[in-house]
Amino acid sequence: MVEFWDVYLWPTLWIVLQIVAIVAPLLLAVAYLTYFERKVIGAMHLRLGPNVVGPFGLLQPIADGMKLFFKETVVPTGANRAVFVIAPMITFILALVAWAVIPFGPGLVLADINVGLLYLFGISSLGVYGIIMAGWASNSKYAFLGSLRSAAQMVSYEVSMGLIIVTVVLCVGSLNLSDIVRAQEGSLGMFNWFVFPLLPMAVIFFVSTLAETNRHPFDLPEAEAELVSGYNVEYSAMTFALFFLGEYANMILMSAMTTILFLGGWLPPFNFAPFTWVPGPVWFALKIAACLFVFVWVRATFPRYRYDQLMRLGWKVFLPISLVAVVVVAGAVAVFGWAPAEGVIHR
Amino acid sequence: MGGVRAAGLASHRDNTMGALLAEYQLLAEYLPILIFLGIAIVVAGAAVAMSYVVAQQRPDVAKESPYECGFEPFEDSRSKFDVRFYLVAILFIIFDLEVAFLFPWAVALTDIGAFGFWSMMVFLAVLTVGFIYEWRKGALEWE
Repeated sequence: MVEFWDVYLWPTLWIVLQIVAIVAPLLLAVAYLTYFERKVIGAMHLRLGPNVVGPFGLLQPIADGMKLFFKETVVPTGANRAVFVIAPMITFILALVAWAVIPFGPGLVLADINVGLLYLFGISSLGVYGIIMAGWASNSKYAFLGSLRSAAQMVSYEVSMGLIIVTVVLCVGSLNLSDIVRAQEGSLGMFNWFVFPLLPMAVIFFVSTLAETNRHPFDLPEAEAELVSGYNVEYSAMTFALFFLGEYANMILMSAMTTILFLGGWLPPFNFAPFTWVPGPVWFALKIAACLFVFVWVRATFPRYRYDQLMRLGWKVFLPISLVAVVVVAGAVAVFGWAPAEGVIHR
Repeated sequence: MGGVRAAGLASHRDNTMGALLAEYQLLAEYLPILIFLGIAIVVAGAAVAMSYVVAQQRPDVAKESPYECGFEPFEDSRSKFDVRFYLVAILFIIFDLEVAFLFPWAVALTDIGAFGFWSMMVFLAVLTVGFIYEWRKGALEWE
């Protein structure tokens, strides 16, 4: 009996505790990301943004959440009821589960698996299922067209994202996310991060994450003027909230991926005194926040793409460039044994 | 989680036992992900179920018909759609498979030397020829 407690129960409880320690701040971050987005866009439009509920409107996301919770769950008559309800759950579950492999600091990772990057890539690919199921199950033309557009857009940009991930893997020689961050550690501080040697790839990766999360300027799936709201038009109450939470959690996840791959994860930007005092997870959170600010900034700045422009950019610009990038980086690694990182790790 | 036990037994000089333990540890690395998946499913299900129970449900015919700008829905929405979406899906499979092949190659590139490098380059060249063909055929046009 003692063995049962020591070997199975306590470790499992410990894991559960760690998961709660990831999920609770994540959901809070998602809630306040919506507040952040509305405030920043408000400031860029010279408006105030939410400012009524609570001091500076700080309780607005909580109020929104409560409102959605107490709304009626409407399931359209023609819908496939089971698929209709499962679809937002899939989006939400995938957006949460991906965080299992994200290293928040040195050694601060729930599952330090050796194929972490592949796992992330796989989970973000599965995100298409939630959307296509929602569009199909709603039995509404807007939802159907929106989900088709969204799925085609996501798969198109996933290809170039995958190729760019390969260029980073070439430089590191490992798919473990902690190894990828450690490979960017060096005497030059932030100049060792992959964003400098792989700058074009970092830009393409970031733009691809915008398309992958259906954000402006690639938010065609929910182009309000033509498709009302895209694949989630028939959703209400908590099923809608799960889509919303999932999408915003995905935005944070994609920013975390950008941070880990190109911005040095938890590493401080400079290797001297005041910067090294700040703990790693804080740097990680700050870099994610910076990426998210760019997400919002882009939304406030750019007009929406046309669908043919979107597909052209994905297939005719990003795909050839990233394909060439893979060949060039591979050539540099193979011929010179050279990699842009100082602390290259080969397992 | 199996770390302590595995370390204790690792001194045991038995190859099959060692292999078993290695496998056990590999699976133990994935256990948190499985538990995470379980918790995520419970959280998602509980959120929808609790909202369904707590909120007042007052369905009526107009509310439950698919949204079509205030009109009665014209026909079933499971209609024909543009074949280009299908084409994009096929192209995606080709290139995503390519990426799947590139992952292990990228990890092992420094170990497999010039032969490994050039064999992948030939593979990429074949794919590039296919890509150029698609491009010239207009498969990537979207008018």
